[in-house]
Amino acid sequence: TSAVMAVVCGRGLLAPLSGRLWAGPRVPLRSVAAAAPLYDVVVSGGGMVGSAMAAVLGHDIHFHDKKIALLEAGPRKEYDRMPDSYSNRVSSISPGSATLLSSFGAWDHVCSLRLKPFRRMQVWDACSEAMIVFEKDDLDDMGYIVENDVIMSALTKQLDAVADQVEVFYRSRAVGYTWPLPSYSCDTSPWVQIELADGRRLQTKLLIGADGHNSVVRKEAEIKNIEHRYDQSAVVATLHLSEATDNNVAWQRFLPTGPIALLPLSDTASSLVWSTSHEHASELLTMDEESFVDSINSAFWSNINHSDFIDTAGAMFRSAVSLLKPSGTAVRQLPPSIAKVDPDSRAMFPLGMGHATEYVRHRVALIGDAAHRVHPLAGQGVNLGFGDIACLAHHLSAAAFNGSDLGSLKHLLKFETERQRHNVSLIAATDVLKRLYSTRLAPLVLLRTWGLQATNALPPVKVRI
Amino acid sequence: QLSLFRLTLKRFFSTSHPSVDLKEMKKFQRLAHKWWDEEGEYSALHSMNDIRVPFIRDTLLNMSSNYHLGNPLSGVRILDVGCGGGLLSEPLGRLGASVTGIDPLEDNIRTADQHKSFDPVLAERIQYKSSSLEEIVEESMETFDVIVASEVVEHVADLEMFIKCCSRVLKPEGSLFITTINKTQLSYVLGIVVAEKIMGIVPEGTHEWEKFVPPEELERLLESNGLSVKTVNGMLYNPLSGSWSWMESTSVNYAMHAVKSGLQGQSSPTDVPSEMESEQPSATAGTTM
Repeated sequence: TSAVMAVVCGRGLLAPLSGRLWAGPRVPLRSVAAAAPLYDVVVSGGGMVGSAMAAVLGHDIHFHDKKIALLEAGPRKEYDRMPDSYSNRVSSISPGSATLLSSFGAWDHVCSLRLKPFRRMQVWDACSEAMIVFEKDDLDDMGYIVENDVIMSALTKQLDAVADQVEVFYRSRAVGYTWPLPSYSCDTSPWVQIELADGRRLQTKLLIGADGHNSVVRKEAEIKNIEHRYDQSAVVATLHLSEATDNNVAWQRFLPTGPIALLPLSDTASSLVWSTSHEHASELLTMDEESFVDSINSAFWSNINHSDFIDTAGAMFRSAVSLLKPSGTAVRQLPPSIAKVDPDSRAMFPLGMGHATEYVRHRVALIGDAAHRVHPLAGQGVNLGFGDIACLAHHLSAAAFNGSDLGSLKHLLKFETERQRHNVSLIAATDVLKRLYSTRLAPLVLLRTWGLQATNALPPVKVRI
Repeated sequence: QLSLFRLTLKRFFSTSHPSVDLKEMKKFQRLAHKWWDEEGEYSALHSMNDIRVPFIRDTLLNMSSNYHLGNPLSGVRILDVGCGGGLLSEPLGRLGASVTGIDPLEDNIRTADQHKSFDPVLAERIQYKSSSLEEIVEESMETFDVIVASEVVEHVADLEMFIKCCSRVLKPEGSLFITTINKTQLSYVLGIVVAEKIMGIVPEGTHEWEKFVPPEELERLLESNGLSVKTVNGMLYNPLSGSWSWMESTSVNYAMHAVKSGLQGQSSPTDVPSEMESEQPSATAGTTM
């Protein structure tokens, strides 16, 4: 019990460690080391990415006899059935992420709660007619819109299923970390020491930081983070359509102030993600429901930002393309119109971008937003995190089956190389797109108009996206 | 005075323990504290785990049908001869085996004991002893399922005696794994000149070309002592990537797996029907994986 732990640990009730014990006098930690329980892996942060990481490892056959702990500051989240109204925090789940979730049985739970597959994505500009449509040739699902609460509930269930391997500490926040020296020294503990807010202590052979874009693990490890706050906030809400429809298209229109997206939840409801300036976002939150709905419809339908010049230039380009490649322009569908918004479903949160220069250290690995943070315009955020999990779990599984020390940099660096290679280009591209689309200046609009039209006409480029 | 006492003890060792070469021991004394620095003098041995542990693991799993992938070597008793700082004992222990690690150098054993002490699972599964192989033969007749002698036979004084002792402490049908260096022109160039003198992959003076063992000779010694050679594989170290890989040719480093013959007339207790070993050593040519 934690009371016994605190007594035995002695220093447990003192102020949190600063975590900067790399230089300076080292306290012989043998007596404390004997008391604090030792885990093979501790995942700090029980959000979607942290919980999925713990669940994947817990279900891995080579981790059958290992001890894993998951630290989550909040309470346990589980639903047997969802409330009738939709939550305003949703994610676009790629087919790859769905595969990962089904590899340990979580996707079945998601499907039994609720989700919305979409077949098509239409993206267009507010300043011109340029449009790009994404869809799979074989009419497969392109992705799924799932409420974050649904994902969390499914993950909680699958964590319960491996309770022998994974111990979940709810309402537990880590306040201090003590790092071991990289090369072996005889009188100090080689493990990472973790101190919780309530004074309990843990030790681990590998610490995985999944604690979000303000990651404490990353800060305490003094890993440099390249970050940038956008002048934008995202407004989210749950919307009801004017009429029921085969709601299987994801819509995104780039306005000069930022992209507005409509993600299908059901045949009658969609989720709004509108990235715009902080001031406009606050306005949207405070205005009455009718004005709010009008703003959304106007954002999707109005041509106020078009200029004759751009329209003509765009039309010329389009005719040129259709000469070269007759099938190169797709049918433009019309987005649904909105009738009303769910009361109390409007919320906003600031947007930024971030990328950690290192994903790993000796006995430490960062995944999810702790490692990289993107603008929601590409719908990639959580998918990058799930991709991190698949890669790290693969390397840890092999390491466990080789009898290796789980915290060894050898395999952690392989994870870092693979993921940085994948993530950096996507994060950079998202950032460039965000900046490119934040302007009305004619040359840049023309550039992106032609660019979008060209991309729409070129299958190889589209498939890569 | 303590050092004088220990010197006397060591001298006593060398006459009754011909597998221990005093000169060799002195070489390793200096580096007894460097074992666990993964980027240090022993980095090549650390990275050798990436191929020798799967080799041992998969060979043993292929011979058995009753194991759990979460604890693949559970119930297997392994003797790690010349365990040094425990670089190979620890991964084998993590895979579930009960490991006894022996090394004639006390400082090595001390380092190994200290390193395992922080992990309660390993502390229980691995026992280290400062001892030569001869010393434990009497009390450990036919005790071990597996003996591992990795990067050791090129350091022993009397190889035939070493192999005889291995055979005595191995259970019938037990496995012996050896990794060592061939005695060829190439192994002189790569193993001594390049590895020691030029690139410093191995501390200078660690190896003596005269003591390298060609696989043919090792095979002959094993077969004539009741151990049937099942596998011989060449190994190659890439100094640029710091990693090992398998290769066809055994002209530099190689690994060997041999199995002790079962007692005649006794049916083998293993789950998978294995070849019935006869009294005569089988004329097995070296097979590759």
